Amino acid sequence: MAGEASMRETYGKTLVELGKSNQDIVVLDADLSSSTQTKFFAKEFPDRFFNCGIAEQNMIGIAAGLAASGKTAFASTFAVFASSRCFDQVRMSIAQPHQNVKIVATHGGVTVGEDGASHQAIEDLSLMCALPGFTVIVPADAVETEQVIRYAASTMGPFYIRLPRLKSAVLYDEGYRFEIGKAATMRDGRDATIIAVGLMVERALKAADALADEGIDARVLNMHTLKPLDEDAIVAAAAETGAILTVEEHVRQGGLGSRTAQVVGESCPVPMSFINIEDCFSSSGQPEELLEKHGLTAENIVKETKKLVKRKSK
Amino acid sequence: MLSKEEMQEKAKVLRRHIIEMIAESESGHPGGSLSAVEIITALYFNVLRHDPENPQWPDRDRFVLSKGHAAPVLYAALAECGFFPVDELSTLRRMGSRMQGHCDVGTTPGIEMSTGPLGQGLSFGIGCAIAARLDGRDYRVYVLLGDGECDEGQVWEAAMAAPHFGADNLVAIVDRNSIQLDGWTKDIMNTEPLADKWRAFNWHVIEIDGHDIEQIIAALNEAVSIKGRPTAIIAKTVKGKGVSFMENKAEFHGKAPTTEQAEQALKELE
Repeated sequence: MAGEASMRETYGKTLVELGKSNQDIVVLDADLSSSTQTKFFAKEFPDRFFNCGIAEQNMIGIAAGLAASGKTAFASTFAVFASSRCFDQVRMSIAQPHQNVKIVATHGGVTVGEDGASHQAIEDLSLMCALPGFTVIVPADAVETEQVIRYAASTMGPFYIRLPRLKSAVLYDEGYRFEIGKAATMRDGRDATIIAVGLMVERALKAADALADEGIDARVLNMHTLKPLDEDAIVAAAAETGAILTVEEHVRQGGLGSRTAQVVGESCPVPMSFINIEDCFSSSGQPEELLEKHGLTAENIVKETKKLVKRKSK
Repeated sequence: MLSKEEMQEKAKVLRRHIIEMIAESESGHPGGSLSAVEIITALYFNVLRHDPENPQWPDRDRFVLSKGHAAPVLYAALAECGFFPVDELSTLRRMGSRMQGHCDVGTTPGIEMSTGPLGQGLSFGIGCAIAARLDGRDYRVYVLLGDGECDEGQVWEAAMAAPHFGADNLVAIVDRNSIQLDGWTKDIMNTEPLADKWRAFNWHVIEIDGHDIEQIIAALNEAVSIKGRPTAIIAKTVKGKGVSFMENKAEFHGKAPTTEQAEQALKELE
């Protein structure tokens, strides 16, 4: 690991690089460009940047029209607005016609922090995974973010990419190669598998280190692509390690845990447990305090993995 | 390009198609299809640059039926233009048909956007209009909205944005038939003063009789000369126009005529 980096900033700077080589890249924002970091593109390519004001529904529609006319449209705002505020527009103007629009939603999850429940997208992944034809990705660090953005730009069809507000640990070196729909094995193991997304991948790795000290050998998968899901990696994890724990900064319904459980239940039933936000809205607080409140910590991953391994041996 | 008399005759043909296809499927929206007949006729048989042999021609003018429930009038015009065989109209709303209940992009040749949930077409039109400017193409973009549709907040987000982005290649046409599903618009949600609202949003506004083909074409031509901002045409129409017992009747917003009613309607449209 090499320090921390901002996935949002990486996104903004990657857009500029893409904009230099591809004249068909256009970017839209809804009065949050200094937060989403599309401001870099706005400065470099003002003719291809469209600030739609505080009107997310209209932004999604304009993005769809641009895409239908041959553009690769990146549309950004906070995850809470990008998913639920304009869900019908995303469904009808983008998903159903399979438009080439990339929704890059920043400030996902409870780690938005002090802004509180109104601004914390905790159900966005469920909503977006429900839309036919959407590709849904949650990068785990800045290195992966750059590759995901480049992949989305060069691939036709609708994408939802969730990024956090926080800077996060850099988990990968430049040799890493993101593969769509293929979980990245962060650490191999045979006693249990911890499957995580986004900021939870770093915590899962810390937990695996602690578990190793106690003699438990945990596999850690970064399931960056929630849709299409890497079913092979899940089935292999179930067959080879016999127990699966999922960890996500998202509600229990419809996200990583639900989707993984469907695969496990259908193909290779083994004991599972789930760390996620229970059926509740969160609150204001510092990001780390909120993660603690919802059990989204390395310590809790250790605890739940130990319980899971015990269930497995019964 | 058809003459005025030929277009009036074509309008009658479209009305007959609308009645026949909705009666055949026993489901659909006759009222708002009939009110838009002259607007669609003027566009498809005089104004729009299109090529039925090549629906994806990059330089085509774009037409978006934001009031997607009026799909029958658009299907009738597309069939008469040759985008697909007229015979297909009778498959409206059937399993496997290309004539979906609401406009469905990718399924029906000549349809630019999937519509049905109201209020989304104008935003899409802005995107198409901006893309034309970015690409240095001179196509124009036309969006037809219902007046009941103007209840939707997104319409006004788009109405604010189009002049802001200087989309002078964009025309919004409001089919002002004054009736929505539950009754008269003045009673359900009063949108008046409608023309003043569009003016206040910085559009060039033209008010016309939406059943007078010459007025429609004159307004669409005037829009071409307006630079720096988009044009909104408020077209006063009659819901159910052309069929005596459907005119100004909210109940025929989304109800198919019975066999007997269809026969009478077709007699009136001979």
